[in-house]
Amino acid sequence: MPSSPASSTFPVRIWRGGADGGFERYDVPRRASQTVLDVVTHVQRHIDPSLAYRYACRVGMCGSCAMTVNGKARWTCRTHVDAVANRSGLEIAPLSHLPIVRDLVVDMAPFFDKWAAARGQFVPTATRHDDFARVEPQSPARRAIDATIECIGCAVCYASCDVVGWKPDYLGPAALNRAFTLVNDVRDGAGIARVRAIARDGGCESCHTHQSCTKRCPKHLSPTGSIASLKRIVARSALKGEL
Amino acid sequence: MRGSPALAVAAPVRGARAAAWRFVLQRASAAVLALCVVVHLATIVYAVRHGLRADAIVARVQGSVFWPAFYTLFVVAVAIHAPLGLRAIFDEWLGFRGLLADILLAAIAVGLLAGGLYAIASLVS
Ligand code: SF4
Ligand code: SF4
Ligand code: FES
Repeated sequence: MPSSPASSTFPVRIWRGGADGGFERYDVPRRASQTVLDVVTHVQRHIDPSLAYRYACRVGMCGSCAMTVNGKARWTCRTHVDAVANRSGLEIAPLSHLPIVRDLVVDMAPFFDKWAAARGQFVPTATRHDDFARVEPQSPARRAIDATIECIGCAVCYASCDVVGWKPDYLGPAALNRAFTLVNDVRDGAGIARVRAIARDGGCESCHTHQSCTKRCPKHLSPTGSIASLKRIVARSALKGEL
Repeated sequence: MRGSPALAVAAPVRGARAAAWRFVLQRASAAVLALCVVVHLATIVYAVRHGLRADAIVARVQGSVFWPAFYTLFVVAVAIHAPLGLRAIFDEWLGFRGLLADILLAAIAVGLLAGGLYAIASLVS
């Protein structure tokens, strides 16, 4: 924690326990440039060491610190208290749409299982005996994924998507964004198998273009845009009889 | 802890073609409907502006090839579009999905098609 002097405290309500748990109130010293992750860390180090939460990098790279802050999914290490606290302070809960393990920790397995179901794995077409692939940076396929490759897998988009909540099998924005990245990777060999994976019931067609994912993505990606492109690819494949 | 076993990586992907075609049909029928609704509204405005009464409208429709064909297209588009939209509503808001839901939706499609075509047939004959 930074050693700047605490001027006063403010109320923070943090989810404790499993799905049947509830909020508990803590009074946390207010500090300059304090992040939501700083707040959670203060509670764990100085008030209740049994508080469970996740983080790793603290600089917005690893994607492990996402929580629901005053009702919205956010990366907590790069979210300043100033920007999100309201008059009643802060309310910090685990991410939506994922099973709660304990306190602020959710089970990410369903989220990453859907990456796998969307064929989010790279399928190599070359061997170690081949030369490095040359990908033309200005080619349309490469430029289409300039932004999408920056995903840190934080699940903020997934927790923000209404369709994920309504339709349990929906692959969700992050997995589909990943599939779109690979569809445009000239080195990848999954081909029509990946298009089938994203065309299934619960695939890209289920997206209602609400854009909550795009609004909330801390990396300013547009999963909505990736999904719109996938819909066109799926429609084209259906019309060509490839599916 | 694992996620939904139905989504396991190795599981063969089923229903992709049907899902893709539902999407294509819903978009295509939406495009047709957009056009049909505009024409339909325009004819209503025209009929009201010109003070056309039911018997005058029926007389014009009966002598025409265009209007029965136009409304047949309209009815077919509705019979495709409405059940597909309902399917998403059943699935996402009511949690009603699977074979039973699809049978009900097929019945709704047939009902819309039959009702619409019956109305057109009654007008032209
Ligand atoms: S745009 Fe699609 S994926 Fe993104 S929040 Fe909306 S429904 Fe979900
Ligand atoms: S798309 Fe954005 S919000 Fe979603 S997992 Fe990736 S970085 Fe996080
Ligand atoms: S701790 Fe790594 S992104 Fe927040």
